[in-house]
This record gives sequence, C-alpha cells and structure tokens, in this order.
Amino acid sequence: MIPGGQPYRREMSRYGWFLRQSRYLRYMAREITCVFIGAYAVVLLVGLRRMSEGRQAYESFLQSLTSPAGVVFQLIILVFAVYHSMTWFNVTPKAMPMQIGEDFLPGKVIIGAHYVGWLAVTAIVLLLAGVV
Amino acid sequence: MAKSNKPVVWGLFAAGGTVTAFVVPALVIVTLLPAVGVMPEVLTYDRLYAFCAHWAGKTAIFAVLFLSLWHAAHRLRITLHDLGVRADHQVAIAVYLAAAIGSIAAVYYLLRI
Amino acid sequence: MSRRQVALEVLRYNPETDAVPYFQQYTVECEAEWVVLDALNRIKETIDPTLSYRWSCHMAVCGSCGMMIDGEPKLACKAFLRDYPGVIRVEPLANFPIQRDLVTVIDDFVTKLKRVKPYLIPKAEKAVADGEHLQTPAELKKYKQYTLCINCMLCYAACPEYGLSPQFIGPAAIALAHRYNQDSRDGGRDARQQEIAADEGVWTCSFVGACSEVCPEHVDPAGALQQVKIKSTVDWYQEHLMPWTRK
Repeated sequence: MIPGGQPYRREMSRYGWFLRQSRYLRYMAREITCVFIGAYAVVLLVGLRRMSEGRQAYESFLQSLTSPAGVVFQLIILVFAVYHSMTWFNVTPKAMPMQIGEDFLPGKVIIGAHYVGWLAVTAIVLLLAGVV
Repeated sequence: MAKSNKPVVWGLFAAGGTVTAFVVPALVIVTLLPAVGVMPEVLTYDRLYAFCAHWAGKTAIFAVLFLSLWHAAHRLRITLHDLGVRADHQVAIAVYLAAAIGSIAAVYYLLRI
Repeated sequence: MSRRQVALEVLRYNPETDAVPYFQQYTVECEAEWVVLDALNRIKETIDPTLSYRWSCHMAVCGSCGMMIDGEPKLACKAFLRDYPGVIRVEPLANFPIQRDLVTVIDDFVTKLKRVKPYLIPKAEKAVADGEHLQTPAELKKYKQYTLCINCMLCYAACPEYGLSPQFIGPAAIALAHRYNQDSRDGGRDARQQEIAADEGVWTCSFVGACSEVCPEHVDPAGALQQVKIKSTVDWYQEHLMPWTRK
C-alpha cells in the first residue's frame, strides 16, 4: 500500500443506483415483471377458489374480470408478461449455447426457435380454450 | 468456501421463468377475451369444472400456479435487494413462504373440485 | 490532420493531501482521431505532470487503462474523442478504491482471480515423453472466447451486484474459471466449484448483463455465469437427490 494517506473508497449507493444508466433501468424493468407475473398467479388462484365454491361464485369472478378495473389490470399484466417473455427468450443463447460440430449455433437461431415455440404454445392454448 | 444451496430456489425460479414466458401471455389473452364479448369455451363453468375435475387438469393448473408464484417470489427477493433492502434472510423467508402458502391453497381448492 | 480543443473533467485525488476527490478541468489541443488516453498523455506532458493513471500498450491488449468515461467503463485507449462532443468526464473505475487520481487499488480482483485457480489442472499427470495434450478444434472453440479476457476489470466497474456486495467473486474471475472448466484438458472443476458455486460466486449474480455489454474484447461473462448456475444446479440435485450418480 502507499505511504501517507489511505485509498479513497467511493461506495455505491444502495438506493437508486439503477437510475444512473439506461441499461440498469432496462434490467429493473425486467425484474419488476415478477410483480405482475405474481399478481396474475393470484388472480388465477382467486378464480380457482371461486370455482371450488360453486357456479355462482365463479360467475361473479368472471364478471369482475370484465369490469373496467379488471380489464385495465389485465392489460397492464399482459404488457409486463410479454416483456418478461421477450427478455427471457432473448438471453437463452447466453445461458444455453449450442455447439453443433465445431461451431456454436448463432444466438439468433436459438432466440428465433424460442419465439416460434412461444407462438405455437400461444396458438395451442387459444385453440384448447376454444377461442379459434 | 461451501457450495451454496441456492440451486434449490434458483432451479424452480428458472423453471418458472420458462413456463411463464411461454404460457402467461396466452392465458391473459384468454381471460381478457370475455371483456370484449368473446367467451372462450374453457371459461364457461361446466367446461372449466370438467377441466379442473380431471387429474391432468389439476396437475397442469398446479404446475403453472406453483411455478409462477415461485418465480415471482424469487425475483422479488432479488429485486428488493436491488432496491436497497438488506434483510435478505427475512425477505427470503417471507417471499418463499407466501409462494408456498399460495401453492398449498391451490392444492386445497383443486381437491375440493 | 484536423485539431480541436478538448475539455476534460478529471477526478483528482492525492491521498497525502486530499480528504476527498475533486474534479479538475483541463483543455488541450488534440488531433481529431485521438483517443482519451492520448488527451491524458498530452495533459501530463504539457499541463500537469502530477496527473496519475495507468496505461501501457495503447492498443486494447494490456487492460491497464480502464476508467469511467462519461460514466461508462471504457479502455481510455479505445475511447475515441470524436465520440464525445462535449466536456469529457474521466473518473477512475467504479467499485474500486482510488489509490491516486485515475489509479485504483485492484488487490480485490487479483485475490479473487487467484482463488478460482485460473490455470490448467491436468486430469492426470502426463510425462513429457508421453506427448502432447491433444485437442480438437471443436474442443478449443468451447472456451476460446473466454481466453480473450485481458483482466481490465471494466466488467467489475459495470456490475451493480459487485458494487452492492463487494464479496462477490465477480464476472471476469468466474468467466475465467469457466474457461478452464470448459477445457477438455482440464480436471480442476471440482476445486473451482468450491469457490464459484458458493454464495459469493455465481449466486450473487442477478444477470444484469452489463459485464458483457462493456467488455472491450467481446467476452460474454454474463453467459458464462448463467452456464455455471445451470451446471451447479444440476450438480446440486445430483449430489442431494441422486448421490449414487456421482463418482
């Protein structure tokens, strides 16, 4: 160490550091999606409870889903859920790179395959739900 | 250094992240449709009851609910740390406990159908 | 060649006379195609010989001149003045103690790097007479990108989790551990796992991804850390639920 004075420590503030850079903000937006994924799980849980209480309870639950507040709430959830899906799939080549022979599969191929799978799952869910 | 036991909670978080990424947007669309006058068949009481009454339906509903709750709980724990909350141990107990209670409630409701 | 006056706002700190760091502004005439490091050299030669900073190769190989330039971790030799139209703010690398001016104390990184054993640990001793350790091009490619790390520590300066939890082993050291774990000639993974699969290893990472974004050599430490998480998770389940599968 150096003679004389001490090295100066500039400690990072543990509050609000993510406001400093857009990449940290994007990260926090990704992490915050968990609140909405969790909230939607609670909505489904409540629906399940109403279901177990009988036809009348369930019908009133369905009513609340179509109320203006219910619609706005679900639209917000949809936006964050889609953001969660995109940010999740976009990093799959980092977490699960695939080497075929000598070369690694380009990241775009792995991401693209996930998006195709996502579209397929969405189509199947809508099909099974009797929408299309 | 001892190896961490975080893999237990992280493995479920990662599984939940993957499952929710694939299915949650589609599910939200389904539950949004009645508001625009389109009633998906599966949301009618009789159809949904039949779905919930079948063991395969129960398994699917439980898997989605449990993994969604766990994923959200774990990520919330990390987010609270990022927001400056230092009591990670207490936060961890609270969020995982909440996810566990929600999952047990799901089992209870499913078994009553 | 065209020249222009460039203003730089440099963080100064002399441990013998200053209680806290402060900004000092310099204006120097620079060639249009210069990098920030050239401007600092010109300041040191013509205005202020007391300005301290590390540099060596001036070609993004040695990893010495990492500093915060307009708040972003950069190699000063790779940060072109033409990309910074205004006053350029130059600070020492974030998340490290300041020794003097732009010079940081890097002991923490060096200690952590040693802990992860970033060198080949052969599976079995092989006498020189028995020949080389052969490796196919595919086996080489498995880890090659990580060998490009120049230990410049920009990833540590970019990582908020390292800033929040200084005991975190951090991006470069774990990526280098992963580099040797991925090497077909290596047998040291179990020893490295003791460090990188600990709470202070990959489990402090929350996958912000900033490390990979700032890496001047396009290494992907964020990817390496997620791969280590997945492998460590498989390890955990094997060790705890299927102990008979471990040799």
